[in-house]
Amino acid sequence: MQLILGVIALWLVLGIAGVFFPRNLLLVSRVLFPAGALGALLLAAAALDALGGEIQSRVLPLGLPDLPFHLRLDALSAFFLLLLGAVTAGISVFAAGYFRRGEGTPPGLQCLYYHLFIASMALVLLADDAYAFMVFWETMALSSYFLVTSDHAKAEIRRAGFLYLLIAHVGAIGILLCFGLLHGSGDYTFDNMRAVQLAPVAATVAFALALFGFGAKAGMLPLHVWLPEAHPAAPSPVSALMSAVMLKTAIYGLLRVLFDLLHTQVWWWGVVILVLGLATALYGVVFSAVQSDMKRLLAYSSIENIGFILVGIGLAVIFQSYGMRALAALALTAALYHAINHAYFKSLLFLATGSVLHATRERALGKLGGLIHRMPWVAWLALVGTLAIAGLPPLNGFVSEWLMLQAFLFTPNLPHPYLNMLIPVAAAAIALATALAGYVMVKFYGVVFLGQPREPSLASAHDAGTWERAGLVWLAAGCIALGIAPVAVIGVIDSVTGQLLGKTLGASATGWMFLTPIGPERASYAPLLFLLGILAVWLLTWLAVRRFYHGRVRRAPPWDCGFPAQTARMQDTAEGFGQPIRQVFEPFFRMQRELPTPFDAAPRYRVSVEDHLWYWLYLPLARVTNALTRVVTLLQRGRISVYLMYSFVTLLVLLLFVR
Amino acid sequence: MHLPLASQIINLLAAVLLLLSFAMLTQRRILSLINLFALQGLTLTLSTLVVAFSTGQHHLYYSATLTFVLKVLILPWVLHRLIRRLNVKWDVETLINIPTTMLVGIVLVILAFNVALPISQLAGTITKSTLGIALACVLLAFLMMITRSKAVPQVIGFLAMENGLFFAATSATYGMPMVVEFGIALDVLVGMVILGVFFFQIRERFDSLDIRHLEKLKEE
Repeated sequence: MQLILGVIALWLVLGIAGVFFPRNLLLVSRVLFPAGALGALLLAAAALDALGGEIQSRVLPLGLPDLPFHLRLDALSAFFLLLLGAVTAGISVFAAGYFRRGEGTPPGLQCLYYHLFIASMALVLLADDAYAFMVFWETMALSSYFLVTSDHAKAEIRRAGFLYLLIAHVGAIGILLCFGLLHGSGDYTFDNMRAVQLAPVAATVAFALALFGFGAKAGMLPLHVWLPEAHPAAPSPVSALMSAVMLKTAIYGLLRVLFDLLHTQVWWWGVVILVLGLATALYGVVFSAVQSDMKRLLAYSSIENIGFILVGIGLAVIFQSYGMRALAALALTAALYHAINHAYFKSLLFLATGSVLHATRERALGKLGGLIHRMPWVAWLALVGTLAIAGLPPLNGFVSEWLMLQAFLFTPNLPHPYLNMLIPVAAAAIALATALAGYVMVKFYGVVFLGQPREPSLASAHDAGTWERAGLVWLAAGCIALGIAPVAVIGVIDSVTGQLLGKTLGASATGWMFLTPIGPERASYAPLLFLLGILAVWLLTWLAVRRFYHGRVRRAPPWDCGFPAQTARMQDTAEGFGQPIRQVFEPFFRMQRELPTPFDAAPRYRVSVEDHLWYWLYLPLARVTNALTRVVTLLQRGRISVYLMYSFVTLLVLLLFVR
Repeated sequence: MHLPLASQIINLLAAVLLLLSFAMLTQRRILSLINLFALQGLTLTLSTLVVAFSTGQHHLYYSATLTFVLKVLILPWVLHRLIRRLNVKWDVETLINIPTTMLVGIVLVILAFNVALPISQLAGTITKSTLGIALACVLLAFLMMITRSKAVPQVIGFLAMENGLFFAATSATYGMPMVVEFGIALDVLVGMVILGVFFFQIRERFDSLDIRHLEKLKEE
């Protein structure tokens, strides 16, 4: 606890130091950001140490009079702090090499917002009363808003920032009301909320408010619209932080309310989370398949992953409400495992897009290509992230998806006649989303790094600098380690599930090599053996190729399909690659296409894919709000007499009413 | 009906207060308005003194002194100076004509008495019957603020409203705690200073103190 608070204080000091030297790039990038990364490492170490230990509480002498900030470090907080510290270390190192002079906000101010952002996230995870939680939650939203709009000269970025701020605040209202319900008649500490026994209706309303509020931050359907706008608008390290860590604080909040503050769980809450999670996952992945901007693609993929995590939480609630604690632990473990996995591979990929963006000044997939030759470091490290997010063994994405499917395989045992038939169907949807995620990643990696450069300017692209490489290596190593050593990771997660559900997975019972979540007769997975197998096959193939083919190589011009003048523009494009998905899932999109006539001398093909929800939900809402505000403006007459009349009439009505 | 002498005097003064409120409501000239305001303050001081004497509440002597200094001496003097410097001694036009205002005022008084009835039955003070009058004074002052279109009479209405509140406090509970009274007195003084500054600003901007010019500030 001491060390964690120390690190948070260090971050604040670093941020404030940045204010005094806003344009001193050398200081900011060579001293402040690396120091922040070091702090993040320390934080991760302290959190790991606190995971097995006992719960520590502390009252900070800050805040309002008689209303100090309560902090508490338990297993749930420690797990998410570990995630925050471990991922932020990599992102901070990358950021040391990323921020440049003359790109929007000066580096010193970026440094302030950045460190304020991570410090407030850490404090959100530690908060132990509603007041402190909301203060840090809002600090987090505001500091990230300034980071998102760091390139505020562009109107579309300001618009994205506004949308983000709006939804963040609407969500915060939900959370605030939820705490208002939870605290009963006592004070606002979480200790009091744990003790309060709510009536079933009140508990359900509190749950709905929490799901709404935290769902807005996490990007749950239908509150996801800010995500694909804000993430591309932000600088890449910030996109990485937001996607990797900030979305997880929302998951943390949901878990905290659902399993810790509410004293009971109802099965249909789990069904609601499950259905929303599934919808979010499918929606996210289908949309990410048709994007042609690499950061938007990743943002939609974040939505998909959040949906996946929510599915795990929903399953855990269902199992827990029927008293099947071991299975609840399995589902929650899958969700938490995926949370930390997503933090690693998504930040890795976002940072890789940042390097590509700096090297080429291009974000549109249609203008990239063939970068593996120009940027081998970034390309190979991004490959690790791509394989991990696609869920291929032996990397980390596979483990959590496998655990999740294992959990789904037990749903037929549920003692409810409809659930035990319908939820297994949901497993099919999860499998579909996972497969589509693989498709998306093939598109992402193939279009950006493989093939021929689509623009001549790409020839001057340069590889990432040392700091950026170091950050990417750290995150890629994390992806591999999380994939190779699932038993150790689950040992860490066990203390969380133990605290929340009273039951752990106990996966380490059968040794460090084999991951057997339920029993050796059901299923087990040994990533190390898998890796060795892959290496052996690869080695054999390589040897065989060398031995049998390399002696007889004959060089000749390739068959040109009868058309010798091939250019880079003849490659499959991002749009072309996404076309089948666009066709199959057509009802999901609101598409506008302009097809050229065959006789057009300068043909132009244009397709725009938009979100139905935007037109069905958000624009009507905006119209209603506008109409209401017009009604309210009628009150404003500009005459003092009329205003006085308002208060006079109010006074009279109150006087009569009080009688 | 046998009432103690003190009570009779207080009732008389309350009646005077109400009469002055009506007089202010109908008065067109700013100069007379200020004089009426000062007179109202004097009446208030007298009634507070009588209450203090007859009940032996010592702190009411202080508030009587405060009222006298503030509302009979300082504020009228400030207002006099203000209208001399702003040069706005002439008639005030009202938004609604005077007889209508009077009729509305009478309705308000009836309303105030009815509203105050249950409260004054609860109060155990010798001044309890005057609570309705105090409330009526507040409402009448409010009405005056609404019906005037110039800034200075509105401010006088605001100050008169404070008079009514003060009277309500003395009649219902023998006055507020000293700290609160000091606070309110200071607020009134500070409010006066700020409004004085605003007067000059408004006049500089529009060459007039007619607040109807402020309607332009509305968002289109």
